[in-house]
Amino acid sequence: MKIPSSIWTLLIGIVLTLASLWYGQNHGLLPAAATDEAVLVDNLFNAMMVISTGIFLLVEGVLIYSAFKYRRRAGDNEDGPPVEGNVPLEILWTAIPAIIVIGISVYSFDVYNEIGGFDPHAIHQAPMNQESMAMPGSAMAATLNDTPPSTEPNLNQEKSDEAMQDPATAEVRNADQIPQLRNAPGVGSVAPTIGGTPDKAGKPAGLQVNVTGLQYAWIFTYPETGITTGEMHVPIGREVEINMTANDVIHAFWVPEFRLKQDAIPGRQSEIRFTPKKAGDYTLICAELCGPYHGAMRATVVVEPEEAFDKWVQEQLVASKETLNQAVAVNPANLSPNEFLAPYTKDMGIQPEILHQVHK
Amino acid sequence: MTQAQVQETANAPALLEEPGIRKWQDYFSFNTDHKVIGIQYLVTTFIFYCIGGVMADLVRTELRTPEVDFVTPEVYNSLFTLHATIMIFLWIVPAGAGFANFLIPLMIGAKDMAFPRLNAVAFWMIPPAGLLLIASLVVGDAPDAGWTSYPPLSLVTGQVGEGIWIMSVLLLGTSSILGAINFLVTLLKMRIPGMGVHQMPLFCWAMFATSALTLVSTPVLAAGLILLAFDLLAGTTFFNPTGGGDPVVYQHMFWFYSHPAVYIMILPFFGAISEIIPVHSRKPIFGYKAIAYSSLAISFLGLIVWAHHMFTSGIPGWLRMFFMITTMIIAVPTGIKIFSWLATMWGGKIRLNSAMLFAIGFVGTFVIGGISGVMLAAVPFDIHVHDTYFVVAHLHYVLFGGSVLGIYAAIYHWFPKMTGRMVNEFWGKVHFALTIVGLNMTFLPMHKLGLMGMNRRIAQYDPKFTFLNEICTYGAYILAVSTFPFIINAIWSWLYGEKAGNNPWRALTLEWMTTSPPAIENFDQTPVLATGPYDYGLENSNEDVPLSDPNPLLSGGPNSVLRAEPDPAVAANPEDRK
Ligand code: HEM
Ligand SMILES: [Cu+2]
Ligand SMILES: [Cu+2]
Repeated sequence: MKIPSSIWTLLIGIVLTLASLWYGQNHGLLPAAATDEAVLVDNLFNAMMVISTGIFLLVEGVLIYSAFKYRRRAGDNEDGPPVEGNVPLEILWTAIPAIIVIGISVYSFDVYNEIGGFDPHAIHQAPMNQESMAMPGSAMAATLNDTPPSTEPNLNQEKSDEAMQDPATAEVRNADQIPQLRNAPGVGSVAPTIGGTPDKAGKPAGLQVNVTGLQYAWIFTYPETGITTGEMHVPIGREVEINMTANDVIHAFWVPEFRLKQDAIPGRQSEIRFTPKKAGDYTLICAELCGPYHGAMRATVVVEPEEAFDKWVQEQLVASKETLNQAVAVNPANLSPNEFLAPYTKDMGIQPEILHQVHK
Repeated sequence: MTQAQVQETANAPALLEEPGIRKWQDYFSFNTDHKVIGIQYLVTTFIFYCIGGVMADLVRTELRTPEVDFVTPEVYNSLFTLHATIMIFLWIVPAGAGFANFLIPLMIGAKDMAFPRLNAVAFWMIPPAGLLLIASLVVGDAPDAGWTSYPPLSLVTGQVGEGIWIMSVLLLGTSSILGAINFLVTLLKMRIPGMGVHQMPLFCWAMFATSALTLVSTPVLAAGLILLAFDLLAGTTFFNPTGGGDPVVYQHMFWFYSHPAVYIMILPFFGAISEIIPVHSRKPIFGYKAIAYSSLAISFLGLIVWAHHMFTSGIPGWLRMFFMITTMIIAVPTGIKIFSWLATMWGGKIRLNSAMLFAIGFVGTFVIGGISGVMLAAVPFDIHVHDTYFVVAHLHYVLFGGSVLGIYAAIYHWFPKMTGRMVNEFWGKVHFALTIVGLNMTFLPMHKLGLMGMNRRIAQYDPKFTFLNEICTYGAYILAVSTFPFIINAIWSWLYGEKAGNNPWRALTLEWMTTSPPAIENFDQTPVLATGPYDYGLENSNEDVPLSDPNPLLSGGPNSVLRAEPDPAVAANPEDRK
């Protein structure tokens, strides 16, 4: 019995759909998800995997099928049928991808909003943004041009001034004498940000950590307690806000298990917020090429229960006070970078040889 | 001429003494013949491809083990910087210009390009720029800030190397601007009278879109690089934060060119594939207008997606959404092309020779790069994988799978026209098989590496990634080996290959209506269109296509004859000749 082609199409369609659905959920391509945000991103990825697998199988299937089915037999010099087009078919295959990408966009938009991409708080506080609302088109210009000094308070400037005052980071920052960008447009408009999730937007995060990237180390300071370390500890379930900048070149903050990445740019402040949810030791990786030892620029991020975190804070307070006194006692400008960095790099897993090579 | 005579000249192996023959010295001189220039481009860029490929294999050799043990980290960074710069600016972009040079005048029935001397100037900027770049390795201060050369890093690494890099890229950019002007004017002004834009072969459409894009975007890169050079050499602080400059502005300027650059690299080969698939499937291209206009759409949309490279650097939240949507939308015209190619093959009589195999490989591989591209456009996901091996995998599926396979397909397809001789099909197929295996072995595992947490541009990595990296490295060696059958085949066939005849594929575009290789001024008389470029399988299409010349010398000519019964003495399909 000959099975009609419509049945075949249906069968193939069902198999294709099932295969895509299965693979989209079981690809095993992502590392563990250790923040609340990571779960949302993973769901988006899985959805895209389902669609991608389907399209992949369909296109490659048709390609390979026609290459075999319609290959020329020896001695056959006829041409194929002169089919030049088919308007309904073309409309269909324009419409379907269009609908798919719009669907993915809407879903991505939603996830982006959920993870705090549109921190309404940040937008509200950004003076540039309000002007740009009033004058369409000027927002782009504002990101590209020098903008006239605004009379509005400049949040970016305030933040950077604040950070420069922070005794824990001051000496690190001043060591390289990189001033913050003057007249940088407001945080909400330009500074790269993933802010608080909609329910937490506008409220201060539960924990603040200042992160400074420098060739080839990360330095963490906890402004509330004055702790300075080379290892980041965060408690489970409390929202963390990372304020970062870089001392020399662009670095990028990336913890694969957090699904978060943000460039740390010299002369700018950038900010991301997230809520850790799974205990463990994760690696913070510098993702932006920052020199020959870029691959060695790593740090450990410890996600731990609240009690363990508090205990760590207590321990650090003692140790950190000592480091701080040392740092204040000696003028960093008189130290070689090696000597200066020694207390910070000790527990960062950076070998002295590497530092030595780097700062020769 | 009688019917039989026309058939003889059009279909038989060339009886004339090598009609388009030139002295070998011509290829090393300031020759203004577009065909010589085209071949100069292709051979020169292929040599650079081999050099870039050696660098890729050195990079991969370092990455075979997690430790830094093969080269120093500094040299490693120079290697991947030069690898990428060479592959992009000295191979794929100029290789597209090479085909355009050879083919455009032939396809539109012109004697040469609009500005032959400018054309030669454009070519002769490339060898010095390339040598300059490679010389930096010898000087011992090679650029090592990545091909993106982001400040402030590029301002604090070696000054000489970075200066050389800027100079070289500026020269190459100038060359491609000159080329683009030439292509545009030639396409607009030099078509034979009967050829409206809708009778133009699709390769011409693609080159039109490419050239327009080049003209708009390249000057912005040049501006960015000149400012960067000031920062580097004259101590200004446009991009240097120590003086209040903003490194993110450089990124905007850089990507305003470099994103469109990927379309500058891929569009010409979209065009070439649109030529190759109908000929070897013996069917008209499906949806001619859709393909033609989708090239224009891609070139327009290509200009407004650049910030997807900056989702994790300094752009505001809402702007990320804008660039996400524009980037997603570009998948639509690309999809139209892919579906049209599939529909062209569907129901055809496909000749599975090397050209067609590479074209099929192109479609199959490009689809993977395109799909991962759409995923990358989704901001929350891109935030995770930006600057990881997922991106390296994506870009190689697009650039290797798309552009390089496209170049190979085009070489195999037009080789008989360029040299008058056929390539050896057996070795062509060996080349194809090795390339496809090597390509997927090298780049497929990189998707997983990136997702799991391997960032790019690193010489040392977490030991848990060792196994996948070994696979990638062995794949890269297979890719290196795969070029040998090609190189030997190309040289051997050029010298001793079977004579091709003027139109071995029985194609309908104008470049096949002259001798192989074409005579100095291409056509004896101005050719006249007797059919559309893809009228395969039509019985009397020459009656539908108006003849513009009232007294046409070739009208009713080669095209219609080609569709007549094949001469039993001369097998119509090269595959059946033996
Ligand atoms: C012979 C096959 C090739 C191999 C084995 C190869 C390998 C690699 C590897 C391993 C990297 C990553 C380097 C790193 O991040 O440390 C890379 C980067 C790159 N490759 Fe290739 N590649 C090949 C061919 C090509 C081709 C044909 C192109 C065409 C344009 C290309 C363009 C690039 C670009 C643009 C980068 C990015 C460099 C960067 O991150 O700065 N590659 N390649
Ligand atoms: Cu770094
Ligand atoms: Cu891009």
